[in-house]
Amino acid sequence: MTLLAIFGVISSAIYSGTSLLYATLGEVVGERAGIVNLGLEGILLVSAASGVAVAGMTNNPYLGIMAAMLAGGLMNLMFGYLVITRKANQLASGLSMMFFGFGLSALIGRDFVGVKITALPKLLLPGLSSLPRLYTSLFRFDFLIILVVPMAFLIWWLLFRTRWGLVLRAVGENADIAFASGRNPLWMRYQALFLSGLLAGMGAAHLAIVYTMSWTQYMTGGIGFIAVALVIFSKWHPLRAIAGVLIFSGAVAFQLLLQASGVQVSPFLLNSIPYVLTIIVLIAWGGNRKQSAPASLGRVYQGTE
Amino acid sequence: MAQPTETPKRKTFMGQKTITAALRYILMLLLSLVLFGIILALAGKNPIQATIDIFRSTLGSSYGISEVIVAMVPMVITAVAVAIPSRAGLINVGVEGQLYMGACLATWGALTFTQLPAWALLPLLIALGMLGGAFWAFIPGFLKAIGLVNETITSLLLNLVAVNITAFLIFGFWHGPMDTNKTASFIPAARLPTFFGTRIDLSLVFALALLWLFWYLMKYSRWGLEIRAIGGNPQAARRNGIPLKAYQVTLMSLGGAIAGIAGMSLVSGYYGLLLANFSTGYGYMGFLISWLSFGNPVGILLVSFLVAMITTGGNLLQLTQGVPYAVINILLALSLYIVMARPKFFKEAKQ
Repeated sequence: MTLLAIFGVISSAIYSGTSLLYATLGEVVGERAGIVNLGLEGILLVSAASGVAVAGMTNNPYLGIMAAMLAGGLMNLMFGYLVITRKANQLASGLSMMFFGFGLSALIGRDFVGVKITALPKLLLPGLSSLPRLYTSLFRFDFLIILVVPMAFLIWWLLFRTRWGLVLRAVGENADIAFASGRNPLWMRYQALFLSGLLAGMGAAHLAIVYTMSWTQYMTGGIGFIAVALVIFSKWHPLRAIAGVLIFSGAVAFQLLLQASGVQVSPFLLNSIPYVLTIIVLIAWGGNRKQSAPASLGRVYQGTE
Repeated sequence: MAQPTETPKRKTFMGQKTITAALRYILMLLLSLVLFGIILALAGKNPIQATIDIFRSTLGSSYGISEVIVAMVPMVITAVAVAIPSRAGLINVGVEGQLYMGACLATWGALTFTQLPAWALLPLLIALGMLGGAFWAFIPGFLKAIGLVNETITSLLLNLVAVNITAFLIFGFWHGPMDTNKTASFIPAARLPTFFGTRIDLSLVFALALLWLFWYLMKYSRWGLEIRAIGGNPQAARRNGIPLKAYQVTLMSLGGAIAGIAGMSLVSGYYGLLLANFSTGYGYMGFLISWLSFGNPVGILLVSFLVAMITTGGNLLQLTQGVPYAVINILLALSLYIVMARPKFFKEAKQ
């Protein structure tokens, strides 16, 4: 196997890992405020479809990215109305948002199946320009990829180094006490969900507008569920989420490498490695997991009536 | 003395409550139809025609009704698979995967024991389906019982593993001579018998029997009492001598076994073969149905019928309105959304 093949695999792992990391960061923010969003898969699909639709109509990928982010935010607000204001069960609401996303994205994307959209400009990483052209083409990244790791740090800073983040985490730990200290848990959760939706939208935009540059039905292929698993894997921490996504993308890359080198292993078995790995890690952490999960995760804040 | 005067009073109150509840649900359904119509109109389709199409294609003919029942049966079974563990506070989001594993094992049986007559083969397939589902649910149940990992997340992750294992088995070993993504059709002895010349098959009987069994177990057996005690307060139940961990493992496995029946009846009845990605979210739908009906057997039946009506109507919508089949998910999700938002149409509903 050549060096080129290895680089190719790494490059594709970076591309597939980026949307996953955005989605995972979004879910971290939501879960830190105490809300599990199982509908992430559907929200990603709606974001991707709206992004492609706007990018296809305006021929402007930047507008497409913004539309995808906005769509993610709005979908999450809709989810929020159910679980925050109407106090519905989070798992069931999430699943119904997933079905809603399946339907809405199919309707939005209907006229854009197979439409190719304008690509984003790709920048070369500094220090790599001396490589031969064949290699540099693999390491030309768009700004969404370049921004993803700084974004994880930004989210970490927001959550752990600002007053806003402190209140957000307090709401996720114990909404009653946050309320008693003069905060509004409901309003805080809406903010968290909106930010979470924007991040999910960025992930979906990267997937649809930058990576595949087209819309196909059910194109996210389970990224939403993987992100939900990775949040637990990374113990609700944005920086550990980077590590989680690296392991996951590494497994994907490993699988591609095996295929490229002609080893006969079923891709379906390799596909399930990340999930099995996550379960094994969860087992290995066992009991001490409780300290890192937001204490009132999944619980409905009943208010003071 | 107080007893006879109080009983009729309660009855009228209950009667009023039932009527109000029924009215609320009808209003909710109408509201979701209106919202769906608005979305369709925005997409440039004729919403009134679409609504008429949905009702005419499902309730308008005996064939339509039979198709709704065909779609309803797996939903009822998966809803029971969620409802039983949920009575003890266990959240089984893994029905989708358990259904796949049940279908896999049943398919293995159907492809291996081709010499057996139907009366021996079908029970064997059911047992294999239950075994596959139970095994897949045993894993999260066991991990929960020994206090390692929450069952919600493990069962969710195992769903995706099961889908991949199914695809692996089909593409690697079981695919038919002409296809890559599905097995050859099962032999007639491995097919569930159908009724009245429709596609309704024996799984309808399974579904109704399971519903009855679920209701009877919960209401009249000692197990039901203990299960409800665990659901109320696990630690109190444990201190009262109820074997909490044994119940957790058993109930998860039982849920899985029931999900396995759903998988078996889909491959052996509806499809007659095993297809990669054959389940279009039946497991998740079962979770929603069980949750919406609060684990009430009659509620499960009614909600499943309604959901099946919507999905079946979607087939025709695809033909007449030229929208992708997935669009029917909007109507489905809107109804779920509105039911979960619990709008207050009447003042009485608050009490």
